[in-house]
This record gives sequence, structure tokens and C-alpha cells, in this order.
Amino acid sequence: MKATAQARAPRRYTGDLVLATATGVAVIAILGLLLLLLFEITRGGIGQISWKFLSTAPSKGGLAGGIWPAIFGTMALVLLMTIAAVPMGVATAIYLHEYAHPDALLTRLVRVAVANLAGVPSIVFGLFGVGFFIETVGTRIDDIFYDGGLLYGKPAIVWAAMTLALLTLPVVIVATEEALKAIPRDHREGSLALGATKWQTIAHVILPQALPGILTGGILAVSRGAGEVAPILFTGAAYYLPFLPAHPTDQFMHLGYHVFVLATQSPDVNAALPNLYATVLVLLVLTFLLNLAAIVLRARIRAKLRH
Amino acid sequence: MQRARYFAVLLICIGLLCACAKRVPQPRHQPNASAKTSNSITIKGSDTMVLLGQWWAENYQQAHPQLIVQVNGGGSGTGIAALLNGTTDITQSSRPLRDSERSEFRAKYNHELIELKVALDGLGIYVHESNPLNELTLAQVREIYAGRITDWQNVGGSPGKILLYSRENNSGTYEFFKEHVLEKEDFTPRTQTLSGNAAVINAVSQDISGIGYGGVAFAKGVKTLAIKRDSQSPAIPPLFEYVTSGAYPISRFLYWYLPNEPTGEVKKLVDWVLSQAGQNALKEIGFFPIGQTEHVATSN
Amino acid sequence: MWQQATNRRRKHVLEWLTEKVILVTALISILSILLIFYFVGRKAVPILTNEVIQQTANLAEFFRPNGTTPDGHTTFIWQPISERPKYSFIPLLLGTLKATIVAMLVSVPLALLAALYTTEYAPRQVREYIKPAIELLAGVPSVVLGFFALVVMATWLQKLFQFEMRLNAVVSGCALGLAIIPVVYTVAEDALSAVPRALREASFALGASRAQTLLRVILPAALPGIFAGIVLGFGRAVGETMIVVMASGNAAITSWNPADSIRTMSATVAAELAEVVYGSAHYHTLFAIGALLFIITFVINSIGDWVIGRLNTRLQGAKR
Repeated sequence: MKATAQARAPRRYTGDLVLATATGVAVIAILGLLLLLLFEITRGGIGQISWKFLSTAPSKGGLAGGIWPAIFGTMALVLLMTIAAVPMGVATAIYLHEYAHPDALLTRLVRVAVANLAGVPSIVFGLFGVGFFIETVGTRIDDIFYDGGLLYGKPAIVWAAMTLALLTLPVVIVATEEALKAIPRDHREGSLALGATKWQTIAHVILPQALPGILTGGILAVSRGAGEVAPILFTGAAYYLPFLPAHPTDQFMHLGYHVFVLATQSPDVNAALPNLYATVLVLLVLTFLLNLAAIVLRARIRAKLRH
Repeated sequence: MQRARYFAVLLICIGLLCACAKRVPQPRHQPNASAKTSNSITIKGSDTMVLLGQWWAENYQQAHPQLIVQVNGGGSGTGIAALLNGTTDITQSSRPLRDSERSEFRAKYNHELIELKVALDGLGIYVHESNPLNELTLAQVREIYAGRITDWQNVGGSPGKILLYSRENNSGTYEFFKEHVLEKEDFTPRTQTLSGNAAVINAVSQDISGIGYGGVAFAKGVKTLAIKRDSQSPAIPPLFEYVTSGAYPISRFLYWYLPNEPTGEVKKLVDWVLSQAGQNALKEIGFFPIGQTEHVATSN
Repeated sequence: MWQQATNRRRKHVLEWLTEKVILVTALISILSILLIFYFVGRKAVPILTNEVIQQTANLAEFFRPNGTTPDGHTTFIWQPISERPKYSFIPLLLGTLKATIVAMLVSVPLALLAALYTTEYAPRQVREYIKPAIELLAGVPSVVLGFFALVVMATWLQKLFQFEMRLNAVVSGCALGLAIIPVVYTVAEDALSAVPRALREASFALGASRAQTLLRVILPAALPGIFAGIVLGFGRAVGETMIVVMASGNAAITSWNPADSIRTMSATVAAELAEVVYGSAHYHTLFAIGALLFIITFVINSIGDWVIGRLNTRLQGAKR
């Protein structure tokens, strides 16, 4: 290719140069913006981070104290969400890749549904969480099991987690399916030829190999779930709670929601800035670590796919 | 081998789930449970009052560490909805309940809910610190927010367009301002609405031509104007003595609503809040104790 | 002998059962979409059926002029708390559109050029780092972008452009742009790298320069994929919530001026639902906005996915 480059006419060469520069600049601009964001937030937040900040509850409306309940709430939320989203997502991916006929109407419908689920605005998920989980499912549970008392028919961590589980379902499905694609056909055929049934093949041959992919999906889902605020606005997040959620019907504090509240509703914006920056930093570090882990895992799967 | 491991993982997951779910649900926050034995109190409602409620809770809990007081925001409307469906013990509201809301409660529970005035809030008109203006009449504020006065020089300031900031349209503060300052007129659509008091102050503090309103409790980094009831009357700054005496024209009560006559722990909390100690705690975060004075803006 | 038979039967039953369980789980995705539509739509229906609610909120009210400016022109107003509530969707739609257009203007050129660089110019090792880095950008929670836009970007942009209103369509659009760069980039990059090698080599063999090959051969071949990326990015920008709640100024102004504050559909729902009177006209109107948002994004995403699907089949066809 070097040879052709030398043979080019000057005009063409200018076009090349312009295009190469423009594209390069675009990449630098994007990464520059990302770095700028990271730099600004780190600079503003790092000074405030301390063990005390991470391990105590906020006081004075978030101006003082730490963010431990928000960290715990976020973790509890994504744990519940993962328990729901990962099995559903993995099963769907297995169905799509192992059981379904690729051109069948149902398969196509499932794919369309998954793609569209990924595109539903997060605030619509929030509305859905209120209309379905809280006002329909929750109220029914209360009517049947608690004599119409009020336990599940109100914002609660379990409903926020369920709402988020639906939101992150596509992430798990896509990642798992990618991992399933990376498994060579021969492994399936070998297992089936040895007399294993389809499910045995899946459980003992396919799933163990797909585990990194499933893990990637799970991690990405957790990262996404940890950062989404709009769906939990009405389904369970609380401004301030003096205790940690211990029951599925408790409300919870959440890092992202805490950021939102501090940025818009704190009693004194400037006094809240250090804690605000630090909370953003914690949230960002959390999601970045998760994303990095997922990226590394996925890179390994893709490398395997290429061989 | 493999399968055993999966089973182990599965069991752990199920165990975790059970650990979460098996806890006996406490029959909490039942509005009709007359003798409340539970050691937690839920307070919900106005965002303006979250800080206030939390501050009271913090102070009260120091003396009563066994009691859990949970304070949520979400807005006066959320708090009132929670009161209706029994998810809260106390609702904080920065506006008096509407008749429709009262009658809805009456229809559901066959008795009136309890209204308590717990604090006084002075609403300040904020401008940028470098704004030479020091006072406005109520009518001028109204003309500005209705969009009829659009330049600072028309109200005695230096020439420049006025940029308006307001609270989100369903906050109690917004409603109060609309009722008593705008006299029920609509805000001009050019008003930027922000979701909290702090956001308004922050916006005005960074905007030379901005004007905003909100609790004087929060006004830091902005100039709070003195207000004249009409062009003849004196300009009154929102200072402690003027707000508590009712001389400052834009002040309002903040309310607690309870589903029943308070009993048990709730009663103790309510009594403490209305006591000298509870009312004194207000000053530290910039609200005002409820005096005996009638307040003009809130009473008409 | 019979034990083997029962074993086999048990195995068979288990096999059948797992398959059905997996099938049913797979149907959850379809079910969720239907349920979302049903449960959001159901709360919007009183707008069409309930006569009391229709007195203040109805389809005609949503789209026709419903107020006057101080200087006497008719205009569209979103003013749900009022003596006469005004529920015009026009300022909200306009606000959403303005922010989205700015977001597209910011993100599409950057994302496409970056995708071109990654597939065409970047050395192999560099490429291995660019993609994950941009994926990291996708991992930034939108509330963090909203915070960044509110606290940092708004100030910079105001200094740069001398904006009258600090928070406006441009500020929120730029932050939205950051959020959708990864979406456009990923899809476009996939489309570009899926262009068969043979096309490229044939072009070079005919003496075309790299730029010519890129612009005349590769880009046209990848165009459907790029289009899909843009469409999906658009869909994401329309529905994005936290960024616009925090950084748009939230004033429902009916104007085309990008330096005015805006109030988007998603932000309106997020800001107002928490405090609205349950079952009121306002409450159902907010669900109607949600339903409209769902329908808009559903259509946009379906177009995008349809294009990607067609592209995939075509490319697979080409490979075969």
C-alpha cells in the first residue's frame, strides 16, 4: 500500500491528508472530552473522599457527612436487579441461540422486542414501574396476603430493582448471545454425539464456556443499573433515610439520585459542591471499574471468537 | 463437580433471596392503628421542608436514639398522596391542603386530618449580588413574573433584560408565589423552572440579570431584596424580626399533616417540634418559629 | 430394565420442561414491551374517554394554540398549574426537538469521523484502545453528564457564546451529544468494518486514493448502517431524561431559538409526576406524554433496527 501512496496525484493526497486529520481530530476531541470530564470530576471530588465520607450517613441535607447509605442502597438495588435480570437474560439468549430457529416468526419477534426494550426511554420505564409493579402487582399482593394493608403497593427497592431488571435485560441478552456465538459448533455436536441431551449439552458444555460472557453481561447490567436514575425516581429512591434497606419493601438511597438531589435540591449549592463532586466521583469510579472489567472480559471473548 | 458448583451458587442466591424476603413484614404505617407501638416514624412531603424535617429528626434522635425517623422529600403532593394511602405518619407540606384533598381524606377515613402549623418561611426575592437594585414593590414583582416588565430599568435598576427563575410548577413554593404574589396570574413561559430552591439561588448567583424567589433560609451568594407592600409603604427586608412579626409581606406557614390525633412516639415528636427547643432549632437552618402574629399574606 | 426406561422418561420430561421454561422466559421480552405499552397507555386513556378530564386536557388542547403572549399573539403554552390549566404539547415537542437536533449536530460528525478513523486510519494497536475508550464514555451515567453540563459546561458555553440564559437547548444538547456519541459510533463502526475487503481492494486496484475509496466506495456501502446508527442515536436523545432535567432550564418556551431554555417531554414527566395530584387531568396528561414518548422512540428504534437487520442479511448474502 505504501507503493500506491507514493503514486498518488497531489490533489488526492491533500484529500487524504484532510480526511485523515479530520478523523484523527474527531477521535482526539471525543477522548479529550471524556478526559476533561474525568479530570474535572476527579479534581473536584478527590479531596473530599475519605473513609469517613464513604462510611457515614449524610447530615444537614447532604452538606455534611458521608454517602454510605447511598452506596449501600445502590449495591442492594443492583444485587436484587441482577438476581432477576441475569437468569432472564441468559435464558432468553439461550433460547435465541440454541433453541429457536433463526428465521421463525417468534424468534424475530423476540429480537425485535429485545432491541426495542433497549430503546425504551428510561423515564417510560419509571412510569411503567409505577403503573405496573407498584399500582398493579404490589397492590394485588397487599390485597391477597396482607388484607389490603400497605406494604408492597408503594415505592420499594424491590420494584425499583424489577424496573431496572427489565431495563438492563437487553444488555445481558446481547452479551450472553455474543458469548454463545463464540463457542465452536463442534463442542455442541460432540456432546450431542456422545448421547447427551440438548439441555445436558447446554448445562455442562455451553454454559460453562459462556460464563465469561454472562459475567460481562451481568457486569454491564450492574454498571448501567447503578447509574440509571430516571426509572427509580418514582419507584423507590428516597432523599434521605437514616437506616439501610433491610426488607424488599423498604425504600433506599441511591448514588445517582443523591447526585441529582444534591445538584438541584440541596439547601446551599456552593456548600454542597465538595460532597457533590465526591459523590459523582464515587459513582463514576464504580461504573468505570465495572465497565473496564466488562471490556477486558469481552475483549478476551472476542479474541477467542477470532480464532 | 461442575453441577455441584452450580447448585452451590444457586443455593446461595436462593438463600440470599430468602434472607431478604423471610423477614416478617411489620404492619407499619397503618393510618388507623390507633396505638402505635412501632419505633419508626415516617415523614414525607415537601422538598422545601426535607432539610427542616431531617434537621428536626437529627436533633430529636440525639435524645431518642432508639427511635428511627425517616424523612423523605418528593414534594407536597407526594406527601399528601402518601397520607391518603397510609404510607406516612406525618406529611410535610409547604402549602395548606386543598379542599379536594381534605374531602378525599374525609371520604376515605370518615374523619378530618390534623393540621399543624410547624414553622414560618419567608420567601425572598433574589437578585445577583452586583445588581444595584435594593427594593421592589409586590406589584413590580408581579409585573416582572407575568412578563410585562422585561427590563431592569423599568423598576429602577440599570438597563438590561430581566431573566426569570422559578421553582418547578408543582412545588408548594411555586403555588404560594402564584397565589399571593402573582395573584393567580400565570408565570410568563419564559420563566426558567428549576427543581429546587438551591438551583434557583445557584442560577441567580451566576446570572447578573437574573431574578428568583425562594426561602430566605437558603439565600447565600445572592442579594435578597426588601419588599414594599405598595408604592407608599416602607421597604421591608426579610429579617428575622420582620418575618416573625408579619411585617415582611411574603411569608407563609409550613404545615404538618397527620392522619389521626397523634399518639405515642408521634405525639412526643410533635410536642417536641412545637416546643421551644424544636422551634429554636429552626433558626439554625434559616426558618422562623411560628409566633402568635397573624400573617397578612397567609391569612387572606 | 424398567428403571432405565423411567430414567429415560424422566430425562425426557426434564428436557421438555427446561425447553418450555426457557421459551417462556424468552417471551418475557415481548411481554414486557406489551405490558409497558399497556400500562403506560392505560393511564393516558382517560384523556380520550373521561369527560371530566377532557374538559381541561384533550387531544385538541394538546396541539392547538391555547394562550396569548403579552404582546397579543396566540401561542402554545404548557402551564399545568393555573386557574385554567394549559396543556399544549407543542413547546415540549419543540424543546425535545431542539435539544435533539443540537445533540445530533454535535455527536454525528464526531462519531462518524471517529468511526472512520478507527476502521480506516488507526494502527491496529491504537484501534484496540479507541473502541474501549469510547465504550467507557457510554458507561458514564446520564446523571453524571447532567451534573457536568449543569455545573461545568454551562459556564464554559455561556462564556463562549454569551448566552442570555445559562441553561438552554445548546447546553443540554451538547451533553446529550456526549451521551449518544457512543451509540452512533458503535453502530457506524460496525457498519464500516463490515464492508467487504474486496470492495476496498478493488477500489485501490483501480488507482483510487484512500480518501476517494473512503468517500466513494466504503461510505456508500456502509450508509444504511451509518443511517441506523444516527437513527438509534436520535431515539436515545429523544428519550434521555436526567441530562435535560438538570441542564435544560426547564422553561416551556415556544420558539426556535437554540439559546432559549427548553422543557423536554421526558424532563416534564420526571419533574412533575412526583408531585401531581393522583388521577387528575394533569396526572393523565403526564402519562400521555410518556405514551407519546414511548411511541416515538418505538418507531424510531424500529426503523433503526430494521435497517440494521436488512444490512446484516445483505452482508451475509454477500458473503455466501
